[in-house]
Amino acid sequence: MAKRAVPEINAGSMADIAFLLLIFFLVTTTMNTDFGITRILPPPVKNKNATVDVKDRNVMKILINSHDLLLVNGKPGNLNTLAQDVVKFMTPHPNDSRYPEVKEEYFPQLGKKVMMTKGIVSLKNDRGTSYKMYIEVQNELAKAFDILKNQESIKYFGLPYKDLVGKKKKALINKLVPIRISEAEPENVGGGK
Amino acid sequence: MAKFKTSKKEESQSINTASLPDIIFMLLFFFMVTVHMRESTMLVKVTLPEASEVQKLEKKSLVSYIYIGEPVNTAKYGDNPRIQLNDAFATVADIPQFVARERQARPEAERSMLTFALKVDQNTKMGVVSDVKQELRKSNALKINYSTRKVTHTNY
Repeated sequence: MAKRAVPEINAGSMADIAFLLLIFFLVTTTMNTDFGITRILPPPVKNKNATVDVKDRNVMKILINSHDLLLVNGKPGNLNTLAQDVVKFMTPHPNDSRYPEVKEEYFPQLGKKVMMTKGIVSLKNDRGTSYKMYIEVQNELAKAFDILKNQESIKYFGLPYKDLVGKKKKALINKLVPIRISEAEPENVGGGK
Repeated sequence: MAKFKTSKKEESQSINTASLPDIIFMLLFFFMVTVHMRESTMLVKVTLPEASEVQKLEKKSLVSYIYIGEPVNTAKYGDNPRIQLNDAFATVADIPQFVARERQARPEAERSMLTFALKVDQNTKMGVVSDVKQELRKSNALKINYSTRKVTHTNY
């Protein structure tokens, strides 16, 4: 029997295939970054008995009970409209007693005084509230403050907040729209763990 | 007299690239392995909640993770939510020490920028999360991040 020559496989493109795989892995693994809602916790209280007096009209009270139901300013709330309600509440309304008080603040970067609301969003949850619901509410609050920031950003720079270039402009908007969320210590009404 | 054929044409020597794929494969395997090794072994089950208004966690070296969820091995550890720090179960009382250790591991100039990312299962009750938050407050670790999955719109 005649010896048949074994045909050689051309391995020239093997390196290219391996490169392709390598680049694929490099790209997909860096894309797997962590996302989340960043919040700054209030510093620890030194004097536990010291209470801060805040006028009732300046506070928007959001309560979440252990059955994941919302109570906004004493009325049952709806998650779908929460962001809009917060935007309405935090937009300065001078001379309207249904909305929080306003104060004028001078901004050297703008060269003029700007109406700032004194409103605070107070978020209180039960120990039995599920984390999912809590994040959904936090998400709605984040959405509301994003809307407010975009409004100010478009008013002064004509661009949405995320398209702003430069740290100074972003810092100014952050100063104009401070994230005023107060988190009360949770209660154990529902008897959760 | 041409007994010996002398080839006058000199071909340029080509480099043997037969081992190139091997080198690349080695690199590929290196990346595949190291990428998986970085995550600490999960002792708790964590399904992150969904949110749309999220920020990216910027500097990964300045993030410490706190996992809270139901233990993977429910037969051994029960199904109450537990806290995992690094590779071991922990209690709320261990958090100040954990914060101090994480701070120690960072260069001094960057310590103030340390973020604590809470990777909490969506079915966990807020009680344990609040305890952790209070403990973080007491240890002056105020920058926290609620880790979520990113969705373009929430479905409700």
